[in-house]
Amino acid sequence: MSHSKLASIFNKDEKKVDWHDKALWFVRHKRDLSVHQVKGWESLRDLGHGIKAHMLSNLDSYLQEFEKNAQANGVEVHWAANGEEHNQIVHKILKENNAKKIVKSKSMLTEECHLNPYLEADGMEVIDTDLGERIVQLAKEPPSHIVLPAIHKNKHEVDELFQEHLGTEPCDGDPQYLTHEARKHLREKFITADAAITGVNFAIAETGGFVVCTNEGNADMGAHLAPVHIACMGVEKIIPKQEHLGVFLRLLARSATGQPITTYSSHFRKPKDGRKMHIVIVDNGRSEQLSRPDFRASLHCIRCGACMNTCPIYRRSGGHSYDATIPGPIGSILSPGKDLTKHSSLPFASTLCGSCSNVCPVKIDIHSQLYKWRQIITKETPQPFVKKASMKMMGTMFSKPSQFERVGKLARWSLRTLPKSVINAKPNTWGKERDLPKGPKQSFDEWYAEKRKQE
Amino acid sequence: MKVGLFIPCYINQLYPQVGIATVEVLEKLNVEIVYPTGQTCCGQPMANSGYENESVGACNNFVQNFKEFDYIVTPSGSCAYHVKKHYNILEQTPEVVKVRDNVYELCDFIVNVLKIKDLGASFPAKVGVHKSCHGLRGLRLGSCSEVVGPYFSSIDDLLKEVKGVELMELKRKDECCGFGGTFAVTEEAVSVKMGKDKIQDHLDSGVEVITATDTSCLMHLEGLVNRNKQPLKILHVAEILNSQL
Repeated sequence: MSHSKLASIFNKDEKKVDWHDKALWFVRHKRDLSVHQVKGWESLRDLGHGIKAHMLSNLDSYLQEFEKNAQANGVEVHWAANGEEHNQIVHKILKENNAKKIVKSKSMLTEECHLNPYLEADGMEVIDTDLGERIVQLAKEPPSHIVLPAIHKNKHEVDELFQEHLGTEPCDGDPQYLTHEARKHLREKFITADAAITGVNFAIAETGGFVVCTNEGNADMGAHLAPVHIACMGVEKIIPKQEHLGVFLRLLARSATGQPITTYSSHFRKPKDGRKMHIVIVDNGRSEQLSRPDFRASLHCIRCGACMNTCPIYRRSGGHSYDATIPGPIGSILSPGKDLTKHSSLPFASTLCGSCSNVCPVKIDIHSQLYKWRQIITKETPQPFVKKASMKMMGTMFSKPSQFERVGKLARWSLRTLPKSVINAKPNTWGKERDLPKGPKQSFDEWYAEKRKQE
Repeated sequence: MKVGLFIPCYINQLYPQVGIATVEVLEKLNVEIVYPTGQTCCGQPMANSGYENESVGACNNFVQNFKEFDYIVTPSGSCAYHVKKHYNILEQTPEVVKVRDNVYELCDFIVNVLKIKDLGASFPAKVGVHKSCHGLRGLRLGSCSEVVGPYFSSIDDLLKEVKGVELMELKRKDECCGFGGTFAVTEEAVSVKMGKDKIQDHLDSGVEVITATDTSCLMHLEGLVNRNKQPLKILHVAEILNSQL
């Protein structure tokens, strides 16, 4: 289903839309309060942009440098060209270690590769340990936001979900009780896990180390307790040097939630004695995106979610309306590169207001890329005949002033003369909830001609 | 100084009063304007819908009409932005480059080219400014809430000098209204919801008159206000700047 269809379904419950909009606006507002206190915030964004652009232009050598240094640290490095290979590699490592119970901390990459169902098909238990992720996992839903995966659910829905799956008492959505129960439930999973999977926020070429940012400490809990740690990362997570971390850690949490830094910024470098650490480096369409000059900057993304929180369309249509692993503005420029036809409505789910580009901590020109995808989509995917024909007609009309004048006259006459019931009837979608202006007798052209005559 | 006046297609046909106010404001400032009569549209409706190719005729027509002028002034931030940003689809002849360099939104032109703020207008009302996105974030006609930096705004600069105008502070000072060209129709549900929320913000802030640099946003908001019979008046900023009440 297209974004607009799913969005109109979401909009049937206006109270829910209001609540969703306000919850995310609150996060955007916190981001504003936080970044406006940082002197040189805009320079920090420039730096983040520059480092990422440099990294992408030298991606091959930084990846090799990272591999070499990680291996020297005793980490096993694997390369996956696509999601399927990624899943196979992870599965193989787990098999080799007789792992049946796996705890995972939040990783959008494993979502993208659909790792959970792949492992579950072989009887493995995969538990998402980030609270929001666990909530959507229990609800058998995909995350609706990359930082706040269960933002579409209110506390009462979580209450019911926990009663059903965790056997909690009804608590009228008491957040303290619910998080406490979730903690107990997850503790047991952490203690009994055979392996831990985490994502990677930043992988440092210079050291072969990597950083995972969480607020709940669940990545640490998993990785420190389990005998095997598998970290999965997209190729674009590389940064050249350790000193660059300072730039990105400052940008990330402020943009995401308005925190100066995430509660945990966990640095991993080598496995503990007797333990194993693996890194799976995944392409899955990224190098193809890198080859598109207009869209390569989309790979700068550090997954802060600020563009979602600020997007007036995202806030009022919900993450699931994008029907893509990464929703919102950034998802709308990444997804078409993966499947143009499936995601062809996403670049149109925007007014091109530009707020996304303004909040983006690494200055991705998101709204310009949305515009560029539109141009490609109309050429390369099937379009409704009416849309194509009307655009052609408008194009012709606007290149011929006399035709424009004639059509304008007719339009004004219709708006002035026809009854509202006719004007607002189908197929006039505008008229469903909005009036059209009353057609004036005189156009500006006509007024100007008259004025010139009098002068 | 040769100034060409560009009146966007929908203003020409549906809101001639905005064009007239623009002419009268500029004449009061002793700007000699020429209105090339062969003009139609900047090409944005097709281009934003993904049919940039179908807009080439309109773009060429625009360049032909305005290539002579030192300045092109238009009561629309969005159209000015389109010419500046998206006329890269044309061959970059000196004429095209000149047109792209010289196009100005009305308030921008008055404040930053003419260097005038007080137009001697009076308009006793509580006014809420809708900061239209293409002018704000595209042309940077004002500071944006997302960006860290000093406050500025050419439309506020002009309105602050209008006698009787009380500028009302909004909760969300520069959120999009949801018009977005064909978005208003293809994403009808979200577009309408955005418009309704925008209007509510103005109502909650005690606004009597909503104004903006762009009639396109205002047409969308006016459509909702009229349908829902809400106590708000909608005027383009040129109409306020041209008032002597």
